[in-house]
Amino acid sequence: MAEALIPTVIADELHIVYRVNGAKTGKGSATAALSRIIKRGEERGVRKVHAVRGVSFTSYRGEAIGLIGSNGSGKSTLLRAIAGLLPAEKGKVYTDGQPSLLGVNAALMNDLTGERNVILGGLAMGMSREQIRERYQEIVDFSGINEKGDFITLPMRTYSSGMAARLRFSIAAAKDHDVLMIDEALATGDRKFQKRSEARIRELRKEAGTVFLVSHNNKSIRDTCDRVLWLERGELRMDGPTEDVLKEYEKFTGK
Amino acid sequence: MSDRPSPDEGLSAAELAAKYGLAVSGARPGLGEYVRQLWGRRHFILAFSQAKLTAQYSQAKLGQLWQVATPLLNALVYFLVFGLILGADKGMGQEVYIPFLVTGVFVFTFTQSSVMAGVRAISGNLGLVRALHFPRASLPISFSLQQLQQLLFSMIVLFIVAVAFGSYPRLSWVLILPVLALQFLFNTGLAMIMARMGAKTPDLAQLMPFVMRTWMYASGVMFSIPIMLKGKPEWIADVLQWNPAAIYMDLMRFALIDGYGSENLPPHVWAVAGGWAVLVALGGFVYFWKAEERYGRG
Repeated sequence: MAEALIPTVIADELHIVYRVNGAKTGKGSATAALSRIIKRGEERGVRKVHAVRGVSFTSYRGEAIGLIGSNGSGKSTLLRAIAGLLPAEKGKVYTDGQPSLLGVNAALMNDLTGERNVILGGLAMGMSREQIRERYQEIVDFSGINEKGDFITLPMRTYSSGMAARLRFSIAAAKDHDVLMIDEALATGDRKFQKRSEARIRELRKEAGTVFLVSHNNKSIRDTCDRVLWLERGELRMDGPTEDVLKEYEKFTGK
Repeated sequence: MSDRPSPDEGLSAAELAAKYGLAVSGARPGLGEYVRQLWGRRHFILAFSQAKLTAQYSQAKLGQLWQVATPLLNALVYFLVFGLILGADKGMGQEVYIPFLVTGVFVFTFTQSSVMAGVRAISGNLGLVRALHFPRASLPISFSLQQLQQLLFSMIVLFIVAVAFGSYPRLSWVLILPVLALQFLFNTGLAMIMARMGAKTPDLAQLMPFVMRTWMYASGVMFSIPIMLKGKPEWIADVLQWNPAAIYMDLMRFALIDGYGSENLPPHVWAVAGGWAVLVALGGFVYFWKAEERYGRG
């Protein structure tokens, strides 16, 4: 069984630092900004946020890995770094193929019809026009947008927040992935839609090499993951089988 | 450290990665590979630009009619100020000056808005950059493409103005196509340069309007450079006339307007127009690609 362990993602002493402009502690007045410019030197006026501090782990083919930790512990940042979307300050991430984040929200435009957003979102994820044409009906049916009338031809800004979230998830989940990362996507829509999306995630897991799932819902972590990484303040606090880590985590959060 | 025991125990991360053919995530591809990836995303680039264009006026009652109405109103304002009040039409009759002015405004606006969109191409779309994978050059290219489509709407207005002032369609109108193509190349290159600079220093978005306005007044949008600078040292007029914005404006006027002959063009004008386009497009592309892996850092 040891021979079957094929690594898909290797993180090696990974550090991620955000730089935030104009958030330097202290005075935010114009004169303070001016004096910062004049004094120049080492990137003044820029505040650094050290979001991930020296995380190392290796994930293997066929694993479903949950990421837990309190808010702001660096879970989403870590996912983005694995996807190669955030540059590492120090250390490296090696990956097999192109890991993708299940998130297409940013490419969609509220002023366009649902129909055009399906096409735009698909193209943004790197699908070809033919693939989108093939899957179009599937996406619309899955979202259930048209169950209450012909909504897909209306601009997305006219949708209720639940409808919009359902369409976004449906578009994002339409593509097959090597390494798939899901960031709190299961909490959208009504009960019926949640069931449907959980089923879709299990399907995606079968097709994908490795699945990463960020969630605050310990139950959905237990249902889907066999290994859990626990991040706290950007550091990897624990890495192991789901039950062991969750037990410690629940003790920590005082449940 | 926290790895499970495996036959690869003892290998460093880099050795393990090499053994299984894993690549560094988010590394910058080579230039050839980058061009190939970009070509693979051509449908996205086009769809994104069209989506942006449509979304622009989707809340207005008149909708897409504003694509044509906006440039028309723009031309009207400039005509009011420079044609009627200031009388900047020195050395030209009204039938030349008005199409001259409108062409200048539209052609310059094309470059201006490409630059402005370029500055915010990365810094204004960080959400997209941080969520999805695609060659980042798609964004500035897409924004210039949006401006090109916007200009094509303006060209409708321009044709109407030209015909209304006695410049009827003739063979030289064909030259509009190469001029547009060259200017588009130039704008895209410039947008890519601005995109990289704007990604590092978002403050450029505040500064650029002033730079662009200076450039506009120096490029002879509403007056003829040789006539305005008569009596001044000749090199000033030469420099102004050879700046890319002035070159593309003059070529467009030459192609379109009946009374604007080749005597208004600086020597070697086509070579200069092509030179600017190729230089800035290639230079801008390489410059943008060099920072590819760094876009999206907060």
